[in-house]
Amino acid sequence: MSYDPTAAGDTTVDEPATLPTDRRTGCPFDPPAELTTLSDKPLRRMRYGDGHMGWLVTGHAAGRAILADPRFSSRYELLHLPEPIAGVSGEMPPAPVGDMLGLDAPEHTRYRRLLTGKFTVRRMRQLTERVAQFTTECLDAMEQAGPTADLVEAFAQPVPALMICELLGVPYADRERFQSDVATLFDQTAGLEAKGAAYTALLQFLGELVLAKRAEPTDDLLSDLTASDLTDEELAGVGGMLLAAGLDTTANMLGLGTFALLSNPGQLAALRADPGLAEQTVEELLRYLSVADPLLRSALEDVEVAGRLIRAGETVTVSVQATNRDPHKFPGPDRLDIHRKATGHLAFGHGAHQCLGQQLARVEMTVAFPALFARFPTLRLAVPPQEVPLRDRSNIYGVISLPVTWDKE
Amino acid sequence: MNGPMDSPEEPLRLSVDRDRCAGAGMCALTAPEVFDQDDEEGLVVLRHPAPAPEHRAAARMAVGLCPAGAIALNSPDSTDA
Ligand code: SF4
Repeated sequence: MSYDPTAAGDTTVDEPATLPTDRRTGCPFDPPAELTTLSDKPLRRMRYGDGHMGWLVTGHAAGRAILADPRFSSRYELLHLPEPIAGVSGEMPPAPVGDMLGLDAPEHTRYRRLLTGKFTVRRMRQLTERVAQFTTECLDAMEQAGPTADLVEAFAQPVPALMICELLGVPYADRERFQSDVATLFDQTAGLEAKGAAYTALLQFLGELVLAKRAEPTDDLLSDLTASDLTDEELAGVGGMLLAAGLDTTANMLGLGTFALLSNPGQLAALRADPGLAEQTVEELLRYLSVADPLLRSALEDVEVAGRLIRAGETVTVSVQATNRDPHKFPGPDRLDIHRKATGHLAFGHGAHQCLGQQLARVEMTVAFPALFARFPTLRLAVPPQEVPLRDRSNIYGVISLPVTWDKE
Repeated sequence: MNGPMDSPEEPLRLSVDRDRCAGAGMCALTAPEVFDQDDEEGLVVLRHPAPAPEHRAAARMAVGLCPAGAIALNSPDSTDA
């Protein structure tokens, strides 16, 4: 389908024509420079990978309104991709069974309802002790093996991985079977074929696990869900989605967040002086780093947002990192400031799809960051900051590794 | 019209729509004195429809943060007194 500008209500074609993705020139924590200079234009035309003429949203209020509005669909098959990926020419295939991220109500609601009770604020807070235990174990191992460590491998990856595995009932020892598959799913440079293979492998692994849980239920989320009306296939899909979402997101927040704090010594000193600031620091890091980005929706009917008419069928790309740097919402947005109230950021999304695991992520980070900095008072980068390798071609931004060192007592 | 950031002095009445609730827990996190989530479905439970003055600011903030628009804030009218 080609876009006919004369047929659309809004014929203004403004710059930029495509989604800015290049962060390389600036600070590693900042969104691509072109994105944040758009704050006076919350919504603008954007050309997609397949030539589709849709929208780019960088304003906080507009992004929030769109994500909360059921007239914007999350169904994958209605979306156009900002950039082409190998093997997808136009629209995307529909969501695989169990992947509720690509569904709308009422299908989405059916899955979501089965899960929300498992991720309440209270339940997640009850896991604090367990998170603290995993954190201590990882820090012990890191201390013994160092100094010098790759913080990603020693800490940022294993803490959330241990926790989500335990919660779901996935043996942590099996992680070689799923960790690289999950990374491939988020890798923007991987083609559709590679992604498909990774997803199939992930599903096969979970499918085997689901059968095992049905035969012999244990005390975990997957076992609990065998009592629901979900089929084996749906259960494997839901499990795969939770595992993928729980692994990479928090891991990258911990890795990139540590990098950000080490690069802002004044902020780190303030956090060290008052661990009571931990929750606020986590909120501010979520806003400042916005690792999961962007979010796509497709208009099901004509909708007016911020004075522009979005036509039915048009895809909207909400740049979470840009909305969270909107100066109208967060004054001095490019400053990491752990004393600010960053509440209201869109790092977990907004609307019916707002991150289900966000309270778990909060608990993990609130425990892990202070524990890390308490254990290693002299923690610092072991390489110049410009040499830290970044995941700049993934849907989950972060550091590939973070070489750190410290003084031995 | 009351915005979520209005003064905490002003009385307010809240209502929730559990059918719209996405169970994300922002309300229980932001105003634990006013909102809770039930253990089975994780959906919002309104503990205090007319929260005490010291909890009003947090309650208003929770209204603004709810991702699903599941909490309604009604300014108390004359029939309400
Ligand atoms: S914040 Fe809204 S969606 Fe989330 S639990 Fe409370 S009422 Fe439900």
